[in-house]
Amino acid sequence: MAALTREAAGRLLARQGILVAFAVFMVVFALANPRFIDIGNVAGVIRSSAILGVMALGVTFVVIGGNLDLSVGSMMSFSTIVVLDLHDTLGPALAIPAMFALTLCLGAFIGILVGYLKLNSLIVTLGMLSAIHGLTLMWSGGKNMDIADKAGTWFGIFGRGDVLGIPVPILIFALLAVVLSVVLSRTPFGRKVYAVGGNGTAATFSGVPRARVVFLTYILSAFCVAIAGLMQASRSLGSQNTVGQGMELEVLAAVILGGASLLGGAGTIFKTVIGVLILGFIQNGLLLMGLEFYVQYVVTWVIIILAVWLDIAAKRSRLWSPIA
Amino acid sequence: MTDATPVLRLEGIVKTFPGVRALDGVDLELRPGEVHALMGENGAGKSTLMKVLGGILQPNEGRILIDEAPVVMTSPLEAKGKGVVFIHQELSLADELSVAENIFLGELPRKRFGRVDWTRLYATTDAILKTLNVRFDARTRVGDLSIANQQMVEIARALTVSPRAVIFDEPTASLTDAEKVVLFDVIEDLKAKGVGIIYISHRMEEIFRITDRISVLRDGQYRGTLRTAETTEDEVTQLMIGRSLDLSRSPVRHALGKVALEVRGLSCGHLYRDVSFSVREGEVLGFYGLVGAGRTEIAETLFGLRTPSAGSIRVNGDEVRIGSPVDAIRHGIGLVPEDRKGQGLVLGMNCRDNMTLPQVDDLSTGPFVSDGAEVAIFDQYRDRLDIRTPGWRQIVGNLSGGNQQKIVIGKWLSMRPQVLIVDEPTRGIDVGSKSEIHNLIRDLAAQGYAVIVISSEMPEVLHVSDRIAAMYSGRIMRTFAAEEVTEDSLIQAISGLEPEKVA
Repeated sequence: MAALTREAAGRLLARQGILVAFAVFMVVFALANPRFIDIGNVAGVIRSSAILGVMALGVTFVVIGGNLDLSVGSMMSFSTIVVLDLHDTLGPALAIPAMFALTLCLGAFIGILVGYLKLNSLIVTLGMLSAIHGLTLMWSGGKNMDIADKAGTWFGIFGRGDVLGIPVPILIFALLAVVLSVVLSRTPFGRKVYAVGGNGTAATFSGVPRARVVFLTYILSAFCVAIAGLMQASRSLGSQNTVGQGMELEVLAAVILGGASLLGGAGTIFKTVIGVLILGFIQNGLLLMGLEFYVQYVVTWVIIILAVWLDIAAKRSRLWSPIA
Repeated sequence: MTDATPVLRLEGIVKTFPGVRALDGVDLELRPGEVHALMGENGAGKSTLMKVLGGILQPNEGRILIDEAPVVMTSPLEAKGKGVVFIHQELSLADELSVAENIFLGELPRKRFGRVDWTRLYATTDAILKTLNVRFDARTRVGDLSIANQQMVEIARALTVSPRAVIFDEPTASLTDAEKVVLFDVIEDLKAKGVGIIYISHRMEEIFRITDRISVLRDGQYRGTLRTAETTEDEVTQLMIGRSLDLSRSPVRHALGKVALEVRGLSCGHLYRDVSFSVREGEVLGFYGLVGAGRTEIAETLFGLRTPSAGSIRVNGDEVRIGSPVDAIRHGIGLVPEDRKGQGLVLGMNCRDNMTLPQVDDLSTGPFVSDGAEVAIFDQYRDRLDIRTPGWRQIVGNLSGGNQQKIVIGKWLSMRPQVLIVDEPTRGIDVGSKSEIHNLIRDLAAQGYAVIVISSEMPEVLHVSDRIAAMYSGRIMRTFAAEEVTEDSLIQAISGLEPEKVA
């Protein structure tokens, strides 16, 4: 009987280890500081996680398809700078579609290199991280970009607005999460993403156009980045060139924390959302505990690595294994 | 050759796996200075026996004796230390390192402070290479060598320990005739030094050219040892195949339909040349030959994974161009690939999703996948193929090999193909499921499908085929009708012994 419960507990841990960790973590922090679960604080965390979350939704498709995307941080800086600059020259109504078009071009470029030319996604997106940063600086001339008439534009709605009392960034994140969850789990495209990431050769042998599927995951990722860039620009109405710097790793951490396999073929949108929230709440919790900002970097990563390790350990039912 | 003390002796080796007795009391005696062929069909137990000898597997019963002293070997390194070395079919060399580094990998000579003693390393290596009469030196990058020369590096590696027994596993599989001569010279040299050599090969021609004795395994059992000089190919074949095998084909002959697939003069670089054949509806065409004879490559071409350099493919009389699997599927060609886990299935996905993967677009309603339609297809083929699984949600990786294979077959049947190609239908599948798959293939033909079966197992090909194309070295040597074929003639045809005949 005891063995049975232990086995059941093990199974629960293996399947929902991250959720369990999330729950434990929330309880501990809430006990340490009741303000942590104050509704205002919770809403604040979700709101400030929304931009990261939107990017993580797109990267989830890329990762399930068996690839990486390390370019999303610098691509988000690019989108933000571009849309802010065009806001004053073309007006917001034209600036937004123009920025989306340019960002999707970047995604298409990566998609061609990784999908059709079959180059290693780590190398390609690492290179693009640098290259896009360069493009951003070329566009801005290295200067911060600001909207001239901050009071007179409706552009702030995506980052600062409320609908029925709910912040727009949370609405965008939630809506996109629902739509992309349906795309991933309910459409033929989603099925093919799992197949290509799970076993690309078998997918090819089943007539799945592997290159096109990979290409489309990068288009989707770029689309999400464009939305994130729009939210970022709208929130601050002005930006540095480096606004998205380092976010590619946080995004990847959220996706992996959610349980998507770095080898591809596994993961869900729901789990990624959990991963995003865990990351957001960890940082918030540490802040409330009064830890210095830079200590957070260290502690956040220690927790992430611990969580991933426990997740893997639960899957192979021991803490250490000589083989993967 | 004298009856000197054997360098190596295996006594009553038994190795069981769950449900299978892979080795059932195998004896083998290797004398110094002899080349001893180990023969048997695929699955007869040769590789298991060699794994036992190499310390990779532990026998359940029996003894291994080196120079008449019993030894226990628990790792390949230990086997090597005792003078038993393997030259594998698949080379295990590091391309980027030099010949010398590869040969002494893991045991590079050292100077003080752990620095590598390059001078000594190269000198020792060149000394070994000299005995092999090769034309490259210790500093050559292994990646720059031909396959044959890489094999020489493997042999040189074996010679660093002054071996007692050297095991060659299909060493000539990727060698040209000229390169074979060099290899055989090296084997002669080893022999002269009193080393015992176990030579594993399917190629009768080579066996009779270089070996002194031949031991035969069948179904995990030792069937006897023959002196090469005193035996014939027929006798060896008899021993390998035995009489007990059920070679009866389904006696019910049904009428054949129109020609479903016709291939004329198909070539693909050096992989295969000028291949012509046709399959009718209701017919099973078997392809038999050694690994590397070009069978799988033909299947891959028909499925759009390779581009032919010449020739034509007709499906139902219309000439088609197949540039990708998508094209092949559109023209009604399905392929159950050779590597079930690597090519046939997404192991982490569930049964239904694997089965419906090629037609997931066709099965969708609006933008969404249709659960109902997919489950209906899965249920239909689960019943028809008798796939044993708790339900469609079961992850394919958890099924047995036989049931996995049925999922792959179901995947293509549900597409209602014109031509179904099945490559190695029962590889890695237990005996019971094997005959089930064979019956299934016969049933498909009876239902009017045109089926191509590629197999390395003779009983399988004989059992399921209406006609058999025997391949050797990229060519169809001869096409037999099921009524006229004999094991001997088939073995001769795939060993390249028979003069080429027009198919």
